[in-house]
This record gives sequence, C-alpha cells and structure tokens, in this order.
Amino acid sequence: MQKNIILAGVGGQGILSIAAVIDWAALTGGLEIRQAEVHGMSQRGGAVQSHLRIADHELFADLIALGTADLILSVEPLEALRYLPFLAPGGKVVTSLEPFINMPNYPAMEQILSELGKTDHPVLVHSAELAREAGSARASNMVMLGAAAQFTGIDPERLEAGIKALFGPKGEAIVDINIKAFRMGQRLSNH
Amino acid sequence: MNRQLLLGAEAVAQGAIDAGLSGVYAYPGTPSTEITEYIQRSKEAREHGVRSSWSSNEKTAYEAALGMSYAGKRSLVCMKHVGLNVAADAFINSAITGVNGGLVLAVADDPSMHSSQNEQDSRFYGRFAMVPVLEPSSQQELYDSMFHAFELSESVRLPVIVRMTTRLSHSRAGVTRAEMREQNPLHAEYAPDRFVLMPHNARVQYQNLLDLQPILEELSESSFLNQPVEGRGPVGVIAFGIGYNYVMEARNAHGIDCRVLKIGQYPLPRPQVNELFDACDTVLVVEEGYPVYEELFRGYFGSSKIRGRMDGTLPRAGELTTDLVAVALGAKPAETTAVPGIVVNRPPELCKGCGHRDMFEALNIVMKENRESHVFSDIGCYTLAALPPYSAIHTCVDMGASITMAIGAADAGLRPAVAVIGDSTFGHSGMTGLLDAVKDHAPVTIIIGDNETTAMTGGQHSAATGSTLIEICRGLGVEESHIRLIVPLKKHLEENIAVLREEFAYEGVSVVIAQRECVESAAKKNRRAAATGQ
Repeated sequence: MQKNIILAGVGGQGILSIAAVIDWAALTGGLEIRQAEVHGMSQRGGAVQSHLRIADHELFADLIALGTADLILSVEPLEALRYLPFLAPGGKVVTSLEPFINMPNYPAMEQILSELGKTDHPVLVHSAELAREAGSARASNMVMLGAAAQFTGIDPERLEAGIKALFGPKGEAIVDINIKAFRMGQRLSNH
Repeated sequence: MNRQLLLGAEAVAQGAIDAGLSGVYAYPGTPSTEITEYIQRSKEAREHGVRSSWSSNEKTAYEAALGMSYAGKRSLVCMKHVGLNVAADAFINSAITGVNGGLVLAVADDPSMHSSQNEQDSRFYGRFAMVPVLEPSSQQELYDSMFHAFELSESVRLPVIVRMTTRLSHSRAGVTRAEMREQNPLHAEYAPDRFVLMPHNARVQYQNLLDLQPILEELSESSFLNQPVEGRGPVGVIAFGIGYNYVMEARNAHGIDCRVLKIGQYPLPRPQVNELFDACDTVLVVEEGYPVYEELFRGYFGSSKIRGRMDGTLPRAGELTTDLVAVALGAKPAETTAVPGIVVNRPPELCKGCGHRDMFEALNIVMKENRESHVFSDIGCYTLAALPPYSAIHTCVDMGASITMAIGAADAGLRPAVAVIGDSTFGHSGMTGLLDAVKDHAPVTIIIGDNETTAMTGGQHSAATGSTLIEICRGLGVEESHIRLIVPLKKHLEENIAVLREEFAYEGVSVVIAQRECVESAAKKNRRAAATGQ
C-alpha cells in the first residue's frame, strides 16, 4: 500500500491540521510517513502545500514525484488546480469551493469549475456551509478531510480517532464539532 | 521506545537533548528555527536545565556555544545557511582552537531559496574550516547523527557540522528514540596554547588541524552514514545527503538497477569513492546544493565519465526532485497534466491589519514628495513591502544592511537617505551600523518597525524592542530630539507623515520608531488567554 497525497490551500487555512490527523492515524497504524510542509515566508497569505506520503514499506523521498499523486485535497478551489501536474492518471481531486481571494486577478469561478471538471469525477464541497452546520466555520478543514477520507487509504474510524487525539486538548465540544464536520464531509462524498 | 512523528529540525533537537545537550544557542532563520523552538518547548530539556533562549545573532550564538564547549559541556548552535556567514569568523577559528565538550553546528540550507536570498551550500564552510560534516538523509538519521556528531566532536576535538536542507528540516517522519545520555560534568579545560590564537599558537594548532585530516577521512570510511548500495550496470551514482532519497525513489519507481554510494559524512571516504569510480564507466553525482564534490571529481581539466549539475544532466540551480534524478538516470519524463492557464500566482503579503502596512503607507506618501525615492531595507516581514501594492522598498541584501547602505548613499549625496529595518534585525546587526552613522553625523533617517517580535520566522523573542530599543538608540548617541516614536495606525497617518517629513529634512541621524505589536503575536496571545479562560 502506498498513497501520495497533496494537501493544498492558502497560508493560515489549516491544511497542517488535516495532515496531523492523517499522520496520527498512519503512525499509530504502523505505517511509514513522509510529510513535507511549507514554513516561512510563503505562509503570509501565499499558496501553501504539503506533500504527504504513507506506505506499508520504506519511503525515501519527502516530495511526491510528478504524475504520482493519488489525491489532491484542497481547501481552496484555485489551489487545487495549481498542483495538477502531480496528479496520477486516475488520481482524485477533492476540493472546497470556497474561494480565498487576496489578489486582484483571481479568475472567475466558472473557469475554475470548468478546469476542475476536466479531472476524473472531482469531489466538490461547499465546506463552509457544512462546517457551520456542524457547529463552527473553523471546522471546514475537517469537512474536507471527511470528503477525502475514502481516498486516503486509511480506515475512517482511525481518522476519527486522530481527530480526537488532535483536538482532545481543546475540549470535548471542539472534538464533537470536528467529528460531526468530518462525518458530514464523508456522507457527501460517499453519495 | 515509541515512534514519534518529528520534523527533521525536531529530530535534530530531540537527538541533541538525548545525546546529553547542555545548551542550544541560535538566532531564528527559516528553515532552522524549529530546532531551537522544539528545545524551548521540551519538558525534558527544561527538567535537565538545558539552556535555550534566543541569541542576538548567529555570531553571538556561535561564540556562546563555543564557550560552553570550552567549559566541557555539549552545546548546539543552530542557524540557516546565510547565518553562517555572520558566524563565520567564530566558526572558522574554532576549528583552529578546537573544542573541549562536543560542539555541533546544525545548519539548514535552503536550495531553491524558498525563504532566502541565496542557495549557498554550507558544505563549502565545512571544507573551508576542514572540520567533519554530517549530511543525514532522513529524520531518523538526523536523530541518530546527533549522538554520533557529539561523540565525533569530542573524539577529534573539533566542531562538527550537521547539514540539512529545507526538505528534510520541514518534513515529518517517524523517529525512534534511543536512551537519554547524561550531560557532561563541568570540566573547563585550561589550555591557553590551544585557545589563545596568537600566531605562535595558531601555527601549531593549524598544523594539528592539517595532520588530523587523514584521520577524519578514516573515520568517514567506517561511518554508518556512508554506505554502498548493490547494483549492476555501467552507470553508478554517488548520492549525497537527501540526494540519496531521490535516487532510491527513482530506482524503485522506474526499476533502474545501478550501483549507488550513499554519502552522509565528510571528508569523503576515499576507498569507497574509488571503488565506485573503478567499477563504473559513468558516475552521476547527485548533490542537493552546489556541485561541490562534482567539481572536485571533475578537476580543472574535466572528466568524461562524470555526469551531474555541471554538464546539464541535472539543473545547475535549485533543489532536486525524484523526477529530475529519474530523467538523469535515463527514465522517460512523467506525462503530466499542465497547470491550467487561469492559475495565477498568489504571492505572500503583509497580514491584514499589520502595522507595517500603515508605516509604508505614510512612507510612500512622503517619498513621493522627493525627487529621489530610494529606500534601503532589510530582512523581515517588511521585505514584503517590495511587492505591490506598496513597492516601497528598493533593497534587501543582508541582515542590518539597510542602515549602513543608507550611510553610503548619503555620502554619495542621496537625500533623503532612508533605511527601514525591524526591531529584531536591528538587534541582530543594525546597532553597529547606527554607531557608524552617529560617529559620522550621517544625514540618514532610520525607520525601525518595532513589532515586538521576530515575526517572519513565526514570532520569536526579539532582544531590541520597546524601551530597550529606545535606550539602545540613546546609548549609541542619537540625539534625543531625533528619536521619534510613532504609532502606525490609520488614525495617525497625518501625524506620522509630518514626523517623517521633519526627519527627512534634518541633516543628521534620525531614528523613527514605529511601535505596534505584530497582529499575529497579538492574536496568538488572545487565543492563549481564551484557552486558559482568562
């Protein structure tokens, strides 16, 4: 088993929390992990991505090779497109449809949707709406993790355990909101 | 013991703690910052009294670490590659004096310049100083190498470099810990013949260092970091540091069978290198960084059997990837989907609500009133003002350079001569420049954006902020009436413009301190307060 996952978003959108949950589930499941992150200058409202690799055998590179990502999981629609060269034939794009507009030339949403539509049955999620329904707009990233869960190669129950481990220190209410958000994303994606 | 998921930087930190570290000294710099932050947060480090607060700059950090080593304890000093330029005087000479307690320099290079102004390769410094360099290829190796580095440092009595690059420092993997070692007892060495580098001592010490070189080579031959990988065929690969990872990944993905020599400890293990070169018709040299060893292998007259960054087999600049190495080994490039044309860049920007925004708004208005509009700046978040919409600064070279460059430009006749620098960068390397300005009575206006923190690297402690900063400016001799405090907020725009106008008109040294807490640190404080219910 080997999964190459690109996590994409804009600095401050919480993609590292998504990574942390998958990491926890993979590590406690005895899998090998390599997860490269972006720190420093680009974090200030710039495009950020994380290369996450999990496998049941030894991994060498921290970076995913072009054309070998099984999944692009993006919390922002334009950012999902930025990493298409990494997508493997038959790889999946799962993205939030909430744009993060901090530049004047942000393209029209129809154009973005049209480009996303060229990938193989992309999973497109109105994550903010679902997150609010779950109890907090900040849980949008867990909605996205839920929507992508079936493509991560990890048992959803283990991902839920990861959410509990990650958010546990913040109290039960926060854990509940994030689990709910995760399940809403999951339900949407399994349809 | 349990496996922990650690960033490469954190593996260095945990390895150092477990290897009996007594103190870490550092100035923040991407991608090295997380080493020291990890030690600052570590409960074990606290319990064992490991010293870990930030230093003013890389040179003071290095010297303090050297002092701890002279006193017999194990010390770690961390910096990014360009930080080693600042610490170079101390570093190079510490190779001549040698050390007592183990001294490890963890330096993180940034090929592809993700957060840096160049991609210099710290292995050059290792060769320059003639000290051992370790270049582990994985997080586990980084962890294990810290034990090895301290032991090596104490056995050959030299500082040892542990070199890593952005991808390893900022990537997580599972790491298994070893048993924690006790710290060294205090045993300050009395050895003026080693530690006083007057010429008569330095000559002897330098000769000792030269005599050590064959021994260092022998130690590399038996290092766990240097390993051959079996293979066949006429092409061999010598893979350095994380270059090894890309070679192994490419081998597995494309079914390439070739001999590989993995290098992770320098100076090079000569017999292993010779063996590879003897067995192969062609050798691909895979280095993350400059082609340091490729150039040595080629020699001045070149060699037709060597491939690498210097003949275009791999790109001369930028970091390596599995794809680049696979193609260099003859694999077909991957067929990929292109990035759609509508995908525009999303450049980083100053945070919403950041005080620097208001500072630059005022500065831009006043600069437009002048015929010459040239602002010397420095390294920090405010460097982002070089980009639209502000386009307010016109230089960024090295830490502290804004002040001294403004002096030179003023000497050339430029008016106004304006420098913009942050509080942390001022504490790092701006103070001596300000002293130069005062001594010359140079007509410069130095704007210090005091946001009370080292913001760009994530909000570390700043040594020269608030009242301390004002006292420093006074103490260095700036006239009281030309130390002006402003608060960069929209509602003060007119006042702030007036202050800048007045000080630009003054033919002497002015310091305008724009005081406002970093919005990120303020938000962090609020979150912490909310979490603790206060």
